[in-house]
Amino acid sequence: MAASGGGETHVAVLLIELGAILFGLGVLGRFARRFNIPVIPLYLLAGLCFGQGGVLSLSASHDFVQVAADIGVILLLVMLGLEYSADELRSSLRAQAPIGVLDGLLNALPGAALALIAGWGATAAVALAGITWVSSSGVIAKTLGDTGRLGNRETPAILGVLVIEDLAMALYLPLLTALLAGGGAGKIVLTVSIAVAAVTVVLVVATRFGRHVTTLVSARDNESLLLGVLGLTLLVAGLAEELKVSAAVGAFLVGIAVSGTVAETAVEVLSPLRDVFAAVFFVFFGLSTSPGQLLPVLPLALALAVVTSGTKMTTGFVAAKRAGVKRRGRWRAAVTLIPHGEFSVVVAALAVAAGAQAKLGPTTACYVLITILIGALVHKWPDRLRSEQSTPR
Amino acid sequence: MSVDITSRVLPGIGVCQEVALHDGRRIGIVTRRSGLRDLVLYDEEGDGAAENVALTDDEANAVAEILGAPQLTFRLSVLQRQADGLIVEQLPIPADSPFTRRPLGDTQARTRTGASIVAVLRQGAAVPSPTPDFVLHAGDLVVTVGTQAAVDQVAHILDGSAGSADTGG
Repeated sequence: MAASGGGETHVAVLLIELGAILFGLGVLGRFARRFNIPVIPLYLLAGLCFGQGGVLSLSASHDFVQVAADIGVILLLVMLGLEYSADELRSSLRAQAPIGVLDGLLNALPGAALALIAGWGATAAVALAGITWVSSSGVIAKTLGDTGRLGNRETPAILGVLVIEDLAMALYLPLLTALLAGGGAGKIVLTVSIAVAAVTVVLVVATRFGRHVTTLVSARDNESLLLGVLGLTLLVAGLAEELKVSAAVGAFLVGIAVSGTVAETAVEVLSPLRDVFAAVFFVFFGLSTSPGQLLPVLPLALALAVVTSGTKMTTGFVAAKRAGVKRRGRWRAAVTLIPHGEFSVVVAALAVAAGAQAKLGPTTACYVLITILIGALVHKWPDRLRSEQSTPR
Repeated sequence: MSVDITSRVLPGIGVCQEVALHDGRRIGIVTRRSGLRDLVLYDEEGDGAAENVALTDDEANAVAEILGAPQLTFRLSVLQRQADGLIVEQLPIPADSPFTRRPLGDTQARTRTGASIVAVLRQGAAVPSPTPDFVLHAGDLVVTVGTQAAVDQVAHILDGSAGSADTGG
């Protein structure tokens, strides 16, 4: 009796904590919408306030929230894959490949360099490189939509850079997972080669034979479709995790494989789930970071943010110039790529969970918040530039 | 007169189509996968939006109908001039018609007369190519194309004065 009584209390506290978290996130979301700011930094801050060492400690729901956070990453990535079609991926690759390489070199190196200088070791360097490399598709797409810049001539160039970064992550994440798993150099090289080969093969198959995967999950009613896509995603993500390819990549590949109207409907039915679980993921990341750890890494994060803002602006400027856009558009593209978000947090969560340099967590939290802040501050500046007149008046 | 339209894919978001106007300006229409539409008026530099109007699905359809309605009537009158013996008429659905609140398919207009119903005008808005399950209301104007005899027969069917279904036409 005592055991079951304790069990009931445990469930009760878990429900209360979970409910409080989710309700709080809802309030934050309304706040963010009202003031037109992206919601991800607010989720992170909320997690920071309430985690270990924070204002309140939420312990009963910890395990559940952790699993929910893992599902959040999986849903984030399957949605990303679903929203891209195979044609978009191919044409973006073809058009923007050189920019993608430039983006990678310019933005990954500062992270790696800083980690090595700070003496965090090679694995942490690879992790930090990934954290500074990828801009936030979510924050940027939302900003473009909210500021009415979707029709701008520089927007396809911006989105193309994001597409290539997302594709690059499909190869980077298995590499990182293999490194984090440790072992001798030989073992690592083997694991990485297998993983990269597997991902490339699946990527090609997914873009060419996606129809078959699509028929596998396609259904007349939304309920069956939802269960099918969700089930397949979790299944493949789990298998990918077993094969050390990383669950996130497995989910991304499922998203790419499902195409057409099925993909559109899948996006519709999965969106609410993604919203809930992804929000939990960001809060959980904040929860596992103690606010006390933030101050020591703040100078580091600030330096990184300033340097990579510069490198991101270079990438954006060059990408827009290459697309034939004029001066104001080039600067608009430059400042739009500054914010970092989901992927940086995903990489950091992966690294910290595997036991790599613990400072990566607080550094990433600060870094993401600072870059989003910088992005918000400068995004209207290009409008003040004098325009290049295209037609004689 | 053909209008120059360029399309740009916005990966993960949708499509942007730019229309070149006769006075050199350009208008953009962004169709988002979520169904929202953005109407874009470009600034003098030509790359950025001076003005961006976000439209919901319903708002976009309403604007499209208002913009498209004159086109429909114009095209039909051109058709009338081009095909001898073919007339276009807007037949009203009277209040006492047996087909108010019934689907268009119930009239069997095409089967019985050979005339085609190409649009229904309701309170000034045009519904082009209505499907057989489009429900008719009193006061609708049914835009019918066919020979004079066929169109007259459709008028009789709609106001309930036609004979039984097996009367040939």
